Amino acid sequence: MPFISKSGKSASRICEVTVGTGDRAVTAGGESSLPFYTFDGKTPNRPRTGIEITDGGVADQPAVVQKYYDGCVSAADMARKASSFEGVDFICLALTGADPNGKNRPADELMETVRAVADATDLPLAVSGCDNAQIDAGLLRKAAQVLKGRNALMLSAREENYESVKKTAAPEFGQNIGAESADDINLAKQLNILLLQAEVPENKIIMQPGTAACGYGFEYVISTIDRIRLAALQQSDKTLQMPVITPVAQEAWSVREAAATQDEMPEWGSQEERGIDMEVETAAAVLAAGSDAVILKHPESVRTIAAMTAALTQGGQ
Amino acid sequence: MALKGIDIFKLSPKKNCRECGCPTCLSFCMKVAQGAVHPDRCPYFTKEAKAKIAESSEPAMRTITAGDGDTTYALGGETVLFRHEKAFVSPTRYAVCLSSAMSPEEADRKLEEMRRVDYVRIGERMFVEMVEIEDSTACAGDGHTNLQERYAELIQKAAKLKDRVLILTTHNTDLASKAVDYLLSTGNRNFILNGADFNNYAEMNALAVQAHIPLGVFGGNNDELYDTIALLEKLGNRNLLFNAPDTDVQSAFSTTVQFRRAAIKDGNRTCGYPSIVHVNKLAGADAHLEAALLSLFTVKYGSILIADRMTYALANPLYGLRQNIFSDPQKPMRVEPGIYPINGADENSILLTTTDFALTCFLVEGELERSGVPCNLVITDAGGYSVLTSWAAGKLSASSIASFVKENVEPKVKCRTLCIPGKVAVLKKDLEKKLPGWKIFTAPREAIQLGKFLKDMQRENN
Ligand code: B12
Ligand code: SF4
Repeated sequence: MPFISKSGKSASRICEVTVGTGDRAVTAGGESSLPFYTFDGKTPNRPRTGIEITDGGVADQPAVVQKYYDGCVSAADMARKASSFEGVDFICLALTGADPNGKNRPADELMETVRAVADATDLPLAVSGCDNAQIDAGLLRKAAQVLKGRNALMLSAREENYESVKKTAAPEFGQNIGAESADDINLAKQLNILLLQAEVPENKIIMQPGTAACGYGFEYVISTIDRIRLAALQQSDKTLQMPVITPVAQEAWSVREAAATQDEMPEWGSQEERGIDMEVETAAAVLAAGSDAVILKHPESVRTIAAMTAALTQGGQ
Repeated sequence: MALKGIDIFKLSPKKNCRECGCPTCLSFCMKVAQGAVHPDRCPYFTKEAKAKIAESSEPAMRTITAGDGDTTYALGGETVLFRHEKAFVSPTRYAVCLSSAMSPEEADRKLEEMRRVDYVRIGERMFVEMVEIEDSTACAGDGHTNLQERYAELIQKAAKLKDRVLILTTHNTDLASKAVDYLLSTGNRNFILNGADFNNYAEMNALAVQAHIPLGVFGGNNDELYDTIALLEKLGNRNLLFNAPDTDVQSAFSTTVQFRRAAIKDGNRTCGYPSIVHVNKLAGADAHLEAALLSLFTVKYGSILIADRMTYALANPLYGLRQNIFSDPQKPMRVEPGIYPINGADENSILLTTTDFALTCFLVEGELERSGVPCNLVITDAGGYSVLTSWAAGKLSASSIASFVKENVEPKVKCRTLCIPGKVAVLKKDLEKKLPGWKIFTAPREAIQLGKFLKDMQRENN
């Protein structure tokens, strides 16, 4: 008797969103099945892997990552180098230096960095802020201007600032928008509706419905993505059919398991190994739930996750 | 698949004698189908009919018990495909692989490394619960001709680890029989026999049944795997597990997901067994890919995951992930609010406050203990949420902290210095107003920075 697998086909599919231009542009989404369920439907694009750099350049990276950027100082140097790392689909420039409680760098100075990074690489670009809704809104709008024509991804619009950030998707800038909400399917849906009503086209929105590191309230992250994907595919909810992105890097490298040095925790062994494993395990889990893209810090994490997603989507393309 | 009332009616005596208390056989059968009455209430159902009904009312996915005594683990028994639908109930278990292709020294090293990973996280012991002993034919040509001997040696070695369940992986029935006899002769039933396939299933079945242990099934493809399970079921054995293909990631993922789904969604009981995934084989020699795959199969339906090795780097995120995924979505893990003295603190020791979310408390408490500084941890009622979540939800505020301190802390301690979590530094001014006589300090954002912070404070005070 043959084994019969019958359930699982879905009538709907996830929207495709393309970031970047030319040969190196990448498309996320497009699948008509749950993640990696290639036996149910097509996965035309494997999930995308991005690498994160910050405006502070190499000095901002964890010590164990710095050695991969040998000879680099600035963010632009890093972008140039990262473009050749295996598995890197896009580069995310995090403008964390804008944090008023941190370096408090002025926007104009940061825009110089954005421009330099854009000049240094032809890979697709994402830009994120400093986790302050008001400051980020201003930064993203300025960055959208600098990156005109690059079809970049602006991370992110939140409920508090979407009115302002949505303008980065207007034809004169033409960027894509991340829609960030806190671990709740209803909040994600509501923000998407607001953006759609503001006439942001659906193929310019990527959802960012919450992130955490493995072990840190992470079950909510998984369940939220699970539910979004089920609503999109099985209930054909058009307001939740956008691809999902999960910025893993900052969460993974800030928890104790990755941040503690080997001197502090000798029994835990190599800090670099701990950081990579925290990053790849967190990424693999959100991809299994339904993320279409992840942002990571360590080049080895990027290589690993790209290899995993390639192995899981073989033949589906 | 559960029988419908009408199916049960077909099996019924159709006497309509009312002895069961129902007006007709049909109405009785309808109640049986709903689970409202037990089939035994009718004296006239045949034995076969009763067995059929009993079988049909079992859950689609079996709970298989692996191990013996204190090292007993429930596998499978899941009722949903997504944790938000109800909850996942049987946590994934991890095994390290020892194979007869390894030198004895290498096996010792693996065991030694594995045993070092043993710690408690929020009340749960985290360690490698199982050890696979794999009969490897790969080393036939390496000079060590007596493979069988080496396999037996490995089993003797691993059997000494009393607190781990052994997984004996071999397709060789001779070898299996010797291994099972050896373990039983030492009174050890703490193992799984893993190696039934289309050719040897009858012999393997006899061994497993005689030892009262679960049997792992292999198949060259999904159809063969399915057929072999069905054949074993026909022999009356439902104490089974299935092995996902170890050839490539995509096949392993697809079998694991499809079998789980066929059991739970389509009620196909022949698929309703826990899975064994050989992540070590899928990853080849790529250690980081192995980490990623361990995580993938923890989220997607792996019951036992076999790894090449276990280190803290791998384990910390993995066991944290497992603890998250296998938690009950209906019950947030909370800690009782109150004052918790740490490192022999007394009424003059410095105070720090946090929320009543179990994870938050666990992390903060751990760091405070490591610092060695005597201090009192004040846990307030914040709805069982993390610091920022409870603050964003309005459950952690200057008022909530102040009223807790006034009611429960001021009467009990003399110290008037309170440190608040860095993530809610904004509460400081308000708290100073609401708690006259107190010195309020903003502690760092992450618990990991607490040790340094406390020591710096101590130094300043002296
Ligand atoms: C899981 C989660 C949830 C879960 C709750 C889980 C829980 N039991 O708390 C759910 C889904 C219910 C949830 C809901 C909400 N959430 Co929420 N959630 C998260 C998430 C992903 C993880 C939280 C977590 O578990 N962290 C782990 C714990 C251990 O961290 P922690 O408590 O802060 O403890 C650390 C430190 O603070 C420190 N520490 C703790 N105590 C102390 C004490 C001292 C003295 C010191 C020194 C240090 C210290 O030690 C720990 C380790 O370093 C975060 C994002 C993130 N990645 O952090 C968002 C997040 C906290 N949520 C957020 C929001 C907005 C909400 C909602 C208000 C959304 C909404 N509008 O409904 C709701 C509020 C709840 C409600 N209305 O019912 C925001 C908060 C934004 C802000 N800056 O204020 C966050 C940051 C997400 C975001 N970026 O938008 N959330
Ligand atoms: S006791 Fe049995 S035979 Fe009699 S009515 Fe009930 S079900 Fe029918």
